[in-house]
Formats: sequence, structure tokens, C-alpha cells
Amino acid sequence: MEKKALNAKEMSEVIENLAKEIERSVGLENLAIIGIKRRGDILAERLRGILQKKYKREIPIGFLDITLYRDDFSKIGANPVISETDIKFDINERKILLVDDVIFTGRTVRAALDAIIDFGRPSLIRLAVLIDRNHRELPIQPDFVGKVIETEKEEIVEVKVKEMDGKDEVVIEKK
Amino acid sequence: MMEWKRKDLIALEDLSREEIELILNTAKSFKEVSTRAVKKVPALRGKTIVNLFFEPSTRTKTSFELAAKRLSADVLSFDVSTSSISKGETIVDTAKNIEAMKVDCFIIRHSVAGAPYLISKNVSCAVINAGDGCHEHPTQALLDLFTVKEKFGRIKGIKISIIGDILHSRVARSNIWGFKKLGAEVTVCGPPPLIPLDIEKMGVRVTYKIEDAIENADILYILRLQKERQRENFLPSLKEYSKIYGIDRDKFLKLKKKVFIMHPGPMNRGIEIKSEIAEKDNSLILEQVTNGIAVRMAVLYLTIGSKR
Repeated sequence: MEKKALNAKEMSEVIENLAKEIERSVGLENLAIIGIKRRGDILAERLRGILQKKYKREIPIGFLDITLYRDDFSKIGANPVISETDIKFDINERKILLVDDVIFTGRTVRAALDAIIDFGRPSLIRLAVLIDRNHRELPIQPDFVGKVIETEKEEIVEVKVKEMDGKDEVVIEKK
Repeated sequence: MMEWKRKDLIALEDLSREEIELILNTAKSFKEVSTRAVKKVPALRGKTIVNLFFEPSTRTKTSFELAAKRLSADVLSFDVSTSSISKGETIVDTAKNIEAMKVDCFIIRHSVAGAPYLISKNVSCAVINAGDGCHEHPTQALLDLFTVKEKFGRIKGIKISIIGDILHSRVARSNIWGFKKLGAEVTVCGPPPLIPLDIEKMGVRVTYKIEDAIENADILYILRLQKERQRENFLPSLKEYSKIYGIDRDKFLKLKKKVFIMHPGPMNRGIEIKSEIAEKDNSLILEQVTNGIAVRMAVLYLTIGSKR
């Protein structure tokens, strides 16, 4: 069973709105964006595209693989496949916008915060997500949310993006 | 992508092409960690790794130790000269006693081929072979493969000539397995007494002429010549070896294309390699050392990074 939460048009509107909100409340001066792999990195690229048009200057971007910072290493059977972390700019004293596709338990964001802090000391970190599906297990809340959707814990929220999946959409799948 | 299923890493002979590629791809992600200001990730926090070196080694031991520390594991280096081995304990008993202290992994170097394998069959924690006799040195070959792949973007079709004492070299043996499995063309070259009989069965080309080995190669992999080989009558003289097989400027000047130089270290400058060659810009020797950390991080991560 599959239920559509956002189609391509809605998704792009949601991202436009997120960008507006971010520009209004964080500002673009001294901003850098970090996307969490996989899919958060692509949303980060899109947000950056919109924000750079407004800023007319380059906004640095980096990508984070949080696998090595997971808290469930001792619980999972196989080693998760790692992809590369790529943060080339100095994050010290910068405003960091952390981007992920879906916030669920909050554990990925916890791992990402740990990883970012290993790179330096940003002046602030804000979190933007496309989808907030609730069921948090940690006291972590996003600053910018594209859309809140009600889900069961067993359901899977899948964000699809053109760059990787051939089309833009968000679907909820029953297990 | 495939999963890692082995408890131990003993020999490249045991591994499939896919397993080797999994290690190399994993290492790629780890290389970045060593370029950070804080060179540490928490992946192996709370794991204990024991360096069990029954034979002296600086580079490999240091490399494993740094790899473990950059993954936040605790490392214990077991000094054999002050150990109970000198009081008559067997290596299996030594390993079992240390394992009883709840450690997660042994990194073993031993002058006898098969020692790490023997220990691996008697303990339930992971065992990584850091060089055993004339048998294998798998992580050396993995870091060599990684270095070549990084430089050329591929391994298939690359021509590599391994030069020197093939007979006594665990590095050569592991590299032949590794490079052949990944589709490279391997040539071995050295004085006849130091080339094992039947080595062609491993799928390599044999030549005793250094010019022939250099001519068609993309990479010259120069092995360390151990000075005791002269005493053991494998060689009439080191000087003669150096003159015929040592890589120097004269042999290089004849080349039309760019050939890369690799060496597993430690180098005997003036014997198998002349200083002017070791310092050339086509030397990959220090890149090999850098990549050794990433590859060993990948091996540790895959063997003890998750619950099995």
C-alpha cells in the first residue's frame, strides 16, 4: 500500500517556501549548508540554488555521511555502507543550515550534530527538513519544516528526487 | 552492495573480487577522516584491539594503531620480547589468555606462515593478518590496490611488474592474488634463485630481464631486498644485485612513457632503489603509506564494526 503525500509540484512549492523562511529568519550572510546523505544532500543543493539566486553570491555546501556516528552499531547485523563526507569550507563561526529529507526519531540529526562539531564550532546550527513525520525519540526539533504528516511508526516515508529516483514525490508506504 | 561476512582477514587468496572491492570502496570513505582537524570518528568506540607482533615492525604496527585510534577503538600493543612467550607459553595460549580479557580483535604478525590462521581457529574474536612468514600480508596488498585504483581510476588492464625477491615475499604473494583477482597484468622479475618454481600457476608472467619488466609496465613494484639473503647464498653479492636489478636513473631514462614506482617499505636506498628514483614525482611510496591508514580503518570497520 502506497499513499502519496506530495507530488512534484507540491514538493517544489514546499522547498520554495522553506527557502523563503530560511532567508527571512536566518539570513544569507555567512551562511553555509550541509546536507545529510542520502537525499538530504540533494534537497540541500536545491535550497542552495534558490538561496544563491537571491544572495547573488556563492553559498558553501557540504555533505555528511553519519554512518560512523550512529548509535545503533551494536544492534545492527551488517555494516552499513558508508559514503564520503565532504565538507571543504571552514565551519568555525559560520551559520550552518543542516538539511535532511525526513525527521523521524531524531537520531540521525543527533549523529549529524556530533559529526559537525568534530569539524569545528559554528556560530549556530539550524535544521531544515522536507517532512516531519513525528515519533521523536530524542529532544530534537527542526527549525524549518516543509510539511508535517501523520504516520504510524511502522510506516515508511520515502522521499524521491529526480536526481536519484527519476521523479520528485513523497510517498508513505505500509510495511 | 555486498556485505562483509568474515570473522577474520588472513589472506587475499581467500577473498573474492567483490570482497576486495568492498574493502577498497569502504576505504575511500575513510580517507577523508584523516584530513580533518579532529581525525577521529566514533565508529569503534568501546572496542579493544590488540596488536600482537611476534616480529618487529614499525610501519605496519603504527599504521594499524592509528587506524584503530581514528575509529575511537582502544589499542593495546603487546610487546613480545617481554611477554610470556619467552617464558614458554604457546601462541595459542597467549592469544586465548588475552581474549579472556574480552578483546575484540587481534592484529597478528609472525615469522611463521599460518600463525594468524592457527590463532584465528582458536579464538572467537576477529584476527587480522599483519604479515605471516613468506605467506601473505593482505593489508599491504589492499593498500597497494587502493593506491593504484586512486591513481589510474581502475585496476583492470593495468600492467604491474613486481621486482626482487619474490620467493620470500609475502607482499608479492598477496599482491599477485589481489592484482590478478582485479584483472591486472602481473609480471614478476628477479634473479632466478629468488623466483619460486611454478609461480606461473598464479597467472603471472616471469622474466629474469629487468629491461623486459620495465619496458611494458605502468607500475614498477620494487620489493625490499633482505640483506641476509646473501648470507643464505641466494645471491652472490648485493652489489651485483643492485647493479642488475636495482632501479636507477639509467634504467629510467630509456623509458618513453611515465611509469610509477611503488615500494612496501622500508627501503634499502642504494640496493633495490636509488635515492634519485625514490624521490621522483612519479613515486607513489608515501601515498601508499597514507592510504594504509584508510585501508586498515576499512578492514577494522568491516570485521568488528557490527554485531555478528
